[in-house]
Amino acid sequence: MFFSMFSAVEIGIIYAIMALGVYLSFRVLDFPDLTVDGSFVTGGAVAAVCIVNGVSPVTATILATIAGFVAGNITGILNTKGKINPLLSGILMMTALYSINLRIMGGSPNIPLLTETTVFKMFGDFWSNTGIDQQLNSWAKAWGAEAVPSTWIVLFIMIIVTIIVKLITDFFLKTEVGLALRATGDNEKMIRSLSANTDNLKIVGLGFSNGLVALSGALIAQNDGFVDLKSGIGMIVIGLASVIIGEAIFGKKTIVRTTLAVILGAIIYRIVLTLALKVEFLDSGDMKVISAILVVGALVTPKFIATIKDQRRRQRKRLELQDKAKGA
Amino acid sequence: MLDLKDISVTFNEGTPDEKKALQDINLTLEQGDFVTVIGSNGAGKSTLMNVISGSQKPDIGTVEIGNKNVTSLPEFKRSRYIGRVFQDPMAGTAPSMTIEENLAMAYARNKKRGLRIGVTKKRKELFKEYLNTLHLGLEDRLNAKVGLLSGGERQALSLLMATFTEPNILLLDEHTAALDPSRAELITKLTGEVVDKFHLTTLMVTHNMQQALDLGNRLIMMDKGQIILDVSGNEKQSLTIEKLLHEFKRIRGQQMENDRAILG
Repeated sequence: MFFSMFSAVEIGIIYAIMALGVYLSFRVLDFPDLTVDGSFVTGGAVAAVCIVNGVSPVTATILATIAGFVAGNITGILNTKGKINPLLSGILMMTALYSINLRIMGGSPNIPLLTETTVFKMFGDFWSNTGIDQQLNSWAKAWGAEAVPSTWIVLFIMIIVTIIVKLITDFFLKTEVGLALRATGDNEKMIRSLSANTDNLKIVGLGFSNGLVALSGALIAQNDGFVDLKSGIGMIVIGLASVIIGEAIFGKKTIVRTTLAVILGAIIYRIVLTLALKVEFLDSGDMKVISAILVVGALVTPKFIATIKDQRRRQRKRLELQDKAKGA
Repeated sequence: MLDLKDISVTFNEGTPDEKKALQDINLTLEQGDFVTVIGSNGAGKSTLMNVISGSQKPDIGTVEIGNKNVTSLPEFKRSRYIGRVFQDPMAGTAPSMTIEENLAMAYARNKKRGLRIGVTKKRKELFKEYLNTLHLGLEDRLNAKVGLLSGGERQALSLLMATFTEPNILLLDEHTAALDPSRAELITKLTGEVVDKFHLTTLMVTHNMQQALDLGNRLIMMDKGQIILDVSGNEKQSLTIEKLLHEFKRIRGQQMENDRAILG
């Protein structure tokens, strides 16, 4: 149990970066961007190809992020300059990326990375010498864990990377450009009347969003030890699930809080998924339907709760009035 | 300050729905002019505003602001020089952002937006000072989301956002029409104050004739895409609603009953 939860958190925090990307397009720009399904794989593919060809894993990861940024830019250009509907721009880009990703991967739908040096392995040697793994594992065992992870390095690197990404996102959304970006999603007519070029803001915003998605894809590929052409399918739903679950549980009062909520949402999503897959008759093929049900649940439940609360409140008022009438 | 030369706009040209929204409009505003624009629905007032702001390109004619030809400048570039308040109180502010964030966006209007923090301590003080002039207590609610404000408060904020960077031109597009009478009066009063304070060159469209007479130093009346009356100075001071309606009847020679109902 401990081990599967550990894996869920570890994977969840990598996907959290993707979820932040989806938050930027879906919530901040109010742009339902389906490019994500493609740009996630683009990130993995670029990183894998670079690493296989001897580029340092850190550089490879950065290049992957840039590739995602460009993909998002193109979706933005299709939408703003080509005047194509947002949903369709994303679908077109996603479809095109499928072929482009295959090209990047040199025509093979799967590139193994198991024997290559990844960002996690790069720091792995140094890490294992510190003996932190043994220490943490012995604590875990003392708490009753029967199986322990081989290393905690992925979790530690990811916590640091995700926090950095969160802080950069928070900062960016508070800058003058960031404010204009948020207003573009909130009231486009207004920010245009305040001399902001909304076309460019959308193009940059979608670039930022897909850059994060590709970064997440690159890190997932390095963690999994391979990149697969089809690994992006349904990625947008996972991202949406994380955003919606996070916002529903942790609230969205300020930007700082919302980005944290999205990260935690991504982790909770993984935990719920792991628990769901423990059910006897469900197997890993059912993941997509579980994701879809989770999103529906997260969307419907808050409204349902609010309705019930409101009913109770009105009932209470009615009863109070009745009591008063009786008293009088 | 503002120069419109031979502006014409036609919608749906060559179809049965063809509509000449503006016909050979020539209009010059001097620095500090406050012009009120009246006219019935479809007279071309909104199109005139849109041509000035750049959201509508004229078929022919030129728009100059401060002797600079801006006819081909897109709306977002032109809005460096132009502040605008819309009729809909929801249109001028971003509801899910805070008051201070909205002001910060307006503050950046005539500057290049960069990767600097939008709401700094120094700017907060400045925003508070400006909000103080509205007398609505908004200066104590800098962190409130604008969506929580009432229509009147939002419109007052929109007015402030459109003016405090001292734009070359201020466009007011029936900006009190969606408010209740007491709020409309407040916004009208604030408009007079703020235009005075910054000596803004202003063009205000209104359906309220009394407002058109009370505010500004010049009044133009539009009908069927043309300016049919243009009075300023002492002549405007002595105008009354009755005189205006009489003028309109004289010029157009038609029954005014419908328009009286709309304009009165």
